[in-house]
Amino acid sequence: MERIAIVGVGQTKHEARKIQDSFADMVYEAVKMALEDAGMGVNQVDNVITTSNDFWDGRTISSMATGDVSGARGKNVSCVEGDGTFGAFYGMTRILSGSYGTTLVTAYSKGSESESPMITNAAFDPIYMRCLGLDLVTACALQARRYMKRYGITEEQMAMISVKNHLNALSNPNAHLGLKITVDDVMKSRKVSDPLKLLDCSPVSDGAACIILANEERARKITDKPVWVKGVSFCADAYLLGDRDLAECKALEKAARKAYGMAGIRDPRREIDVAEVYDAFTYQESMWTEGLGFCGPGEGGKLAVSGATAKGGDIPVNPSGGLLGAHPVIAGGLIRMVEAVRQIRGQAGAMQVKDNVKIALAHGVNGVCGQSHCVWLLGRNPN
Amino acid sequence: MARRTAIVATGQTYHKSIRRDVNGQELINEAVVRSLEDAQLTMDDIDGVIIGNMDHFEGINYVDCWSIDGSGGYMKPTMKLTTGGTTGATLAIAGYHMVASGMFDKLLVIGWEKNSESDTTGGIITCTDPIVERPIVAGAISGLACEAQAYMHKYGATPRDAARVSVRDHKHGCNNPHAHLRLDLTIEDVLHSPVLADPLRLHDMCPRTDGACAVIFACEGIAEKITSAPAWVLATANRHMFSDYSDVVQMASLLSMVEASKELWGKLGIKEPLKKVDVIEMYQPYSWAGMMWIEDMGLCKKGEGPRLIWDGVTDMGGELPINPSGGVICTNPIGATGLIRAAEIALQIQGKADKRQVPDVQLGVSTGFGGNWWTDMIAFGKKKPA
Repeated sequence: MERIAIVGVGQTKHEARKIQDSFADMVYEAVKMALEDAGMGVNQVDNVITTSNDFWDGRTISSMATGDVSGARGKNVSCVEGDGTFGAFYGMTRILSGSYGTTLVTAYSKGSESESPMITNAAFDPIYMRCLGLDLVTACALQARRYMKRYGITEEQMAMISVKNHLNALSNPNAHLGLKITVDDVMKSRKVSDPLKLLDCSPVSDGAACIILANEERARKITDKPVWVKGVSFCADAYLLGDRDLAECKALEKAARKAYGMAGIRDPRREIDVAEVYDAFTYQESMWTEGLGFCGPGEGGKLAVSGATAKGGDIPVNPSGGLLGAHPVIAGGLIRMVEAVRQIRGQAGAMQVKDNVKIALAHGVNGVCGQSHCVWLLGRNPN
Repeated sequence: MARRTAIVATGQTYHKSIRRDVNGQELINEAVVRSLEDAQLTMDDIDGVIIGNMDHFEGINYVDCWSIDGSGGYMKPTMKLTTGGTTGATLAIAGYHMVASGMFDKLLVIGWEKNSESDTTGGIITCTDPIVERPIVAGAISGLACEAQAYMHKYGATPRDAARVSVRDHKHGCNNPHAHLRLDLTIEDVLHSPVLADPLRLHDMCPRTDGACAVIFACEGIAEKITSAPAWVLATANRHMFSDYSDVVQMASLLSMVEASKELWGKLGIKEPLKKVDVIEMYQPYSWAGMMWIEDMGLCKKGEGPRLIWDGVTDMGGELPINPSGGVICTNPIGATGLIRAAEIALQIQGKADKRQVPDVQLGVSTGFGGNWWTDMIAFGKKKPA
């Protein structure tokens, strides 16, 4: 693959309710920050990809709301409906096709204006499944239960992830929910859908993110700190929950294998310096660390308890606090990319895991119970 | 690692106003199976799937995930793109970039809509700003009627001129086995059909259709092995340039088409598109656009569209046939509509368009229209680009 770099990143502060901001206001803020970060003018943006979701926005053709503020006036533009990591993938191919030198990618959500149970209930089969009351939380509770039963994973192990990520979020100035809590606090928090308790679940936040991709020639002109794309892949599993063993994440394994292959990574736990994964729920971080090969199947709980995934551990996961710290839904994965870039540049402040981050992983999810995954490997060195 | 990329196979469903015999996934699968048969490939040969529709028409969230059983995307890279009416054209442009990028060799691209399960106008109204515009915008028809009024006022075109466009497309549609409406209409039929929003009448307007279209894109080296006549993508251009309805509906000109076509002709090195292009499949949702937007495309000067239409220049057998398939006025499964335009141009280049075939097509153009008066354009050629 020809070399592609991320040359600029921006994100808003993620909050419970940005009553003062429309979708466009939030996106404009993130775009402006990314352009300033890259030292670019909007006229140096060759083309634009927005990501949005009509259900979360409560409007059809939801990209209408954010094209102008993403700088798309007078340019070629498109819209991916799904997590921002997927939008970034399409943005990258528009450079690799030789059509454009730079792509600006945006993603946003306003959880405060959304009814999550209704919106995610609409992801299920309208005849046979919606009437069961399935939504993101109840379906993921089923997945958590299956995962725990299959591997003997405990609620306390999952609670450790909540403690870690909420603590990490305290050192993230953009996070929505930084908390200093104990395992006991998590265990005693309100049961949302057994076995998930309130502090096992990510909040639904308001916020936006933006990244700017460039080919090698343009990247070297724009910045002296390009962050290179080492590998990327995405993959989708079966739709019906009953068609999958919910304790497995085969699609993530396949996407990761492909991305690792591109990046030349053989031992992900040793070679990856930091990972930002899509932890919509505590058990998901545990499952995804297995799918990404940081530990064996069923060992994610032990990995979390061992401290290996803490900021000072050997494979820090979500030093930003992850989605448990802030979850503007569609921007969830793109924010992971922004945080990975900041780690590689050494600009992550109190979140920085070490001085010399060479390889960082960012991960996004589409659909329910991790049906579709996108894995990005970003690096300091182009080779 | 830019690679030359072509459409190598297409599949369309039986398009009808209500397909009670299939659910959404089955409708999608009908198009997918036909495209695979056309390519003589199986799903194992396909590297990835991209799909699009408009969520609020079927009320299904995360369609990329939901559609797996019909699309064949199981354990493959699967992605959804949506840009309103332009969705199908947006998908075709994405198919091009993703294959040309070197990330995929053979990509399945699917557009679909099961409009019978929707309230189309109710769904479209929600595209506008909920505070400022939603109380006053009434779906697609009223906005297009505003545009037609502005065009009449500025250039003196008449409903009879528009009816001539409608008659052309309906006549063409009679040659297309996939057309949803196959009506041999007269100008008087159009002029006496019920008023929807002045000056638009029923036969000036596209229907809403249940249907799907699947297209397979492949890179050079592989494309030639799948078909003896790949439809090579020569250039793409698009503009989604406004956020507010009130910005655009009274301009009597489709600015996104003006800008996108200027870019497209520039990329192709064409100065006189009327002479150089052999066939156009235009996303023309209503008859008036068939005059107004071909002016914006640069086929003639502003105000001269009606003359081109009456002279038969855009009829089958004319200098530049437009919509040999019958176009959107005959068939409109919204998320598929723009992709059908690209598929029809591919068929023209492949020489597989049967009764609707335009002789010796070397250069064809497909367009998409949607969102907030947006345009997507793609140029296809018979000859592999240099």
